[in-house]
Amino acid sequence: MGLDRREFLKVAGLAGLLGLGGKAAIDMFAPGELEASMETIPLTEGKRWAMVIDVHKIDETIIKKCVEACHREHNVPDLASKKEEIKWIWKEDYEHSFPERHHEYVGEDVEHGSFLLLCNHCSNPPCCRVCPTKATWQREDGIVMMDQHRCIGCRFCMAACPFGARSFNWGDPRRVLEDEKLKELNPGYPTNQDYPTRSKGVVEKCTFCAERLAKGQLPACVEAANTVKKDALVFGDLDEPDSNVRAVLRNHYTIRRKPELGTNPNVFYIV
Amino acid sequence: MLETALKGRQGYWGLLIFLLALMGVGFVSYLYQFSEGLRITGMSRDVSWGFYIGQLTYFVGIAAGGVMVVLPCYLHDYKAFGRITILGEFLAVASVVMCGLFVIVDLGNLPRMLNIMIYPNPTSILFWDMIVLNVYMLLNIIIGWNVLSAERKGVHYQKWVKVLIYISIPWAFSIHTVTAFLYAGIPGRHYWLTAIMAARFLSSAFASGPALLILLCLIVRKVSNFDPGKEQIRTLGGIVAYAFILNMFFLLLELFTAFYSQIPGHMHSFDYLFGLEGHGSVLAPWMWASIGFAVVALVLLIVPATRRREDTLAVGCAAVIASTWIDKGFGLVIGGFIPNPFGRVFEYWPTTPEVLISVGVWATGFFILTVLYKIVISVKEEVGA
Ligand code: SF4
Ligand code: SF4
Ligand code: SF4
Repeated sequence: MGLDRREFLKVAGLAGLLGLGGKAAIDMFAPGELEASMETIPLTEGKRWAMVIDVHKIDETIIKKCVEACHREHNVPDLASKKEEIKWIWKEDYEHSFPERHHEYVGEDVEHGSFLLLCNHCSNPPCCRVCPTKATWQREDGIVMMDQHRCIGCRFCMAACPFGARSFNWGDPRRVLEDEKLKELNPGYPTNQDYPTRSKGVVEKCTFCAERLAKGQLPACVEAANTVKKDALVFGDLDEPDSNVRAVLRNHYTIRRKPELGTNPNVFYIV
Repeated sequence: MLETALKGRQGYWGLLIFLLALMGVGFVSYLYQFSEGLRITGMSRDVSWGFYIGQLTYFVGIAAGGVMVVLPCYLHDYKAFGRITILGEFLAVASVVMCGLFVIVDLGNLPRMLNIMIYPNPTSILFWDMIVLNVYMLLNIIIGWNVLSAERKGVHYQKWVKVLIYISIPWAFSIHTVTAFLYAGIPGRHYWLTAIMAARFLSSAFASGPALLILLCLIVRKVSNFDPGKEQIRTLGGIVAYAFILNMFFLLLELFTAFYSQIPGHMHSFDYLFGLEGHGSVLAPWMWASIGFAVVALVLLIVPATRRREDTLAVGCAAVIASTWIDKGFGLVIGGFIPNPFGRVFEYWPTTPEVLISVGVWATGFFILTVLYKIVISVKEEVGA
């Protein structure tokens, strides 16, 4: 399971606190266990969500599934333009995921291996530091959020993010509904009626599926990956010593992107 | 005093109408951008700032450069500059207006601009940059206006104006330092992440600002009965020479650190900008042109004979402006984004609407400058300076 049981209850409990129907979700997945476990688990404890991606376990199929799941869940359109591209999670090769680690004699499997890149939800995020309006900010649980209703589109955060995690709406994404060519590329857009589409001129990026966590659900990409391969993507709380992510990190050698910059990324790669 | 701007010869009105026409073209182009979004520019996911922000940076420099007449006058009691401080101050006003407009046209969501004030974030350098720029503009308007009115009435300006003048001097340094901090504190953009950035900014500002001022002085002398003065122009020439030498020296320091250390991140942007990496770069011819202009400028400014002759000095100044404009208005911002965080080269080139909008902003700046200088000239002619 991507998220261990205790972890899951914490999420669900938090959702319950927020009145977002977490209880129902818990009853479905872990019937009868809700009341007892919630009493003993403090929900306000400092948390730090993190993701571990096992590069040995992911393949083209899983990567495709993850990207699709995220982009469908969050109404991220394919604009058929490299220049205007919007992406929250995407495939990248080793050389460009870890440009400073690359060397010409790196083994075949690594060289040709595929990585999944997304926002690292850095613990010390430069994007939040530079934003003039706090339209991007760090939540208590470590998630670096975006408020698309406050963002003025100055793109300072894009300059400040060393991971290329942010995308800008150079045009109106809703033109997908009118443009014939784009309509064909994005059948059913907006694919998720419960998630807002964006307007032009604002920045967006992965939110660690904050809206799903609030309902006690795993991030869409994690869920999608795990339907194919168990534990390909693991999501959990770094702050919790017995959590699933901590166990994985204890047992495997992992790397992060550009740790030397001090942003303290919370996405780890098992290589 | 404002009424003096309304009486002018044909040439004056002709220039204003010409500038107004350009402003109109810029405005219409902006309306197009406003409805379509910034996709009509050359900017992209990888190069997310471009020509607009480059021009903002360049004109902050011009604005700050105006202090090079104010400082010698008030701190070193160099009286000759008293005659032209007003030209420096009004140049600063027009430049800051352009800076503001370049920020405005760059925003993705203009109607929400006030969010910077409603939800201020003190850790954001952009927030501080906005404050220092606005205060600097206000200082220059108040100082310039009061000093000029006093001169017209034949009295000495009031004491409190002097206080503002003393504040405005370090303030000029602050605007360009804070603007450098927009870039110099960002992790992962190696071209920008350098402690010498603010110093480079100031040296290029103190070369390009006074260089433009020299050209403006020469124009003012040609079109009016007010002569900014031979000595003033000569002294300014010396300032431009020193500042520009310093500017090129700082560039050499950057090159040394990058290429002697051989750290890839430090070399990549230079490699790209100057087309050293094999694959061509659209910016390389421009960056080399910037170096070419710099060499011309250095020769004309260092050789005493050419620095003291006004025609060769003017050519030298034009070369300084061209060189710094390419380096700062173009190369600096774009170089920071290429190669991108993945080590890939994704190029940028401004589109026609983007250039037209910029032309509109320049025209607005020069419109304001023309009107302000017209007032100055009228007053100076009136008092027979
Ligand atoms: S990866 Fe980029 S956008 Fe995400 S938190 Fe870190 S700096 Fe911010
Ligand atoms: S683009 Fe939006 S989120 Fe990014 S720094 Fe500007 S206001 Fe903040
Ligand atoms: S965590 Fe959610 S938002 Fe982030 S990449 Fe995965 S699915 Fe997308």
